[in-house]
Amino acid sequence: MNDKNKIIIGLILFFVFMTLPFWYNMGKAAPVPETKLTEKAKLAKECVKPKEVMRAEHMQLLDTWRDSVVRDADRVYINEKGKKFGMSLSTGDDSCMGCHSNKADFCDKCHNYASVREYCWDCHIEPPEPPKEKK
Amino acid sequence: MENSRRSFLKLAGISALGLGTKPVLNAFASEEHKAEIQKKPEALKAKRWAMVIDTRKFESEEDLKPIVEACHKIHNVPEHTTKRHEIDWIWIDEFKHVFTNQEHEFVDDRVKYLPFLVLCNHCENPACVRVCPTKATFQRDDGIVLMDFHRCIGCRFCMAACPYGSRSFNFRDPRPFIKEENKEFPTRMRGVVEKCNFCAERLAVGKKPACVEASNGAIAFGDLYDSDSEVRELLKNNYTIRRKLELGAGPAIYYIV
Repeated sequence: MNDKNKIIIGLILFFVFMTLPFWYNMGKAAPVPETKLTEKAKLAKECVKPKEVMRAEHMQLLDTWRDSVVRDADRVYINEKGKKFGMSLSTGDDSCMGCHSNKADFCDKCHNYASVREYCWDCHIEPPEPPKEKK
Repeated sequence: MENSRRSFLKLAGISALGLGTKPVLNAFASEEHKAEIQKKPEALKAKRWAMVIDTRKFESEEDLKPIVEACHKIHNVPEHTTKRHEIDWIWIDEFKHVFTNQEHEFVDDRVKYLPFLVLCNHCENPACVRVCPTKATFQRDDGIVLMDFHRCIGCRFCMAACPYGSRSFNFRDPRPFIKEENKEFPTRMRGVVEKCNFCAERLAVGKKPACVEASNGAIAFGDLYDSDSEVRELLKNNYTIRRKLELGAGPAIYYIV
């Protein structure tokens, strides 16, 4: 019954040790990455849908597009504003990668940050990286 | 305030009317434009696609190789050096293997040694579609038996079901074995079955299949249910045979022998 001090010191040491990773990494969180747009994407101003919707729901859009193209051979998407898009990830100038040809800066940055491994590129062929722009 | 039944009913009536107008107003508000999905205007359409291969126009394997190459090149079909990993969408075989039920001891020499082009038959009653547990293989309205590679889990039931051996399995990652990648078409990944797709991606942009284009007129492609089509014309004027008809699969590839 006289080990009160030892127990308390032990508990404190245990607590510090267990939470060490948090202390160690405090203030070092990686900043949220900014997606970089290509010149072509900047000029177009708006994607298939508004930016916020695309950010949150591009995976659902890609999923419905895939079913539509593969199953029904419907390959043209006309958005609310009447603009036409080729419903393809990587084929053609009016496809997703036709505009966003900078996969490393546009896709990978956020997916790496969020630790989401997309398997698109297991089969679809990546667009060639554009020449590096000076920073 | 006096609360009579009369005033309550009045109020309820007006409220109901108000609620009723909301959907109407919404309809007016959203009338601007709705997102739409369409086919490309130049897409080729048919009730049922079919192919007629005129084998009289072929003499040796040399005549067929460019056709096979054309197909495999545009579809990123890998060229494995190991025979058991081989992947084919369209390939060359001999009479006794292609027409097993029509082969006999005294088949004439020309047919006996003639190389035949074989590919997926895009059957009327495809066994592969029935067995696919994920609906990765399906039949389109125009008769094309197509695969959604995204959904294939590599169970290979379809390979067991297909009586024509039209399907191949990617035992290895195909990427390193593709000599020249066609950027317009995806590759496959390891663990996925693949087969001829009747060039669905070309039909969608108004082009005929690659093998038809590469055959110098020896292969015809068209609508089986259109009595004026090229294939119907050929079928009317020539005796044709199909593979393993007794199985009832209803193959759509016809051979003029």
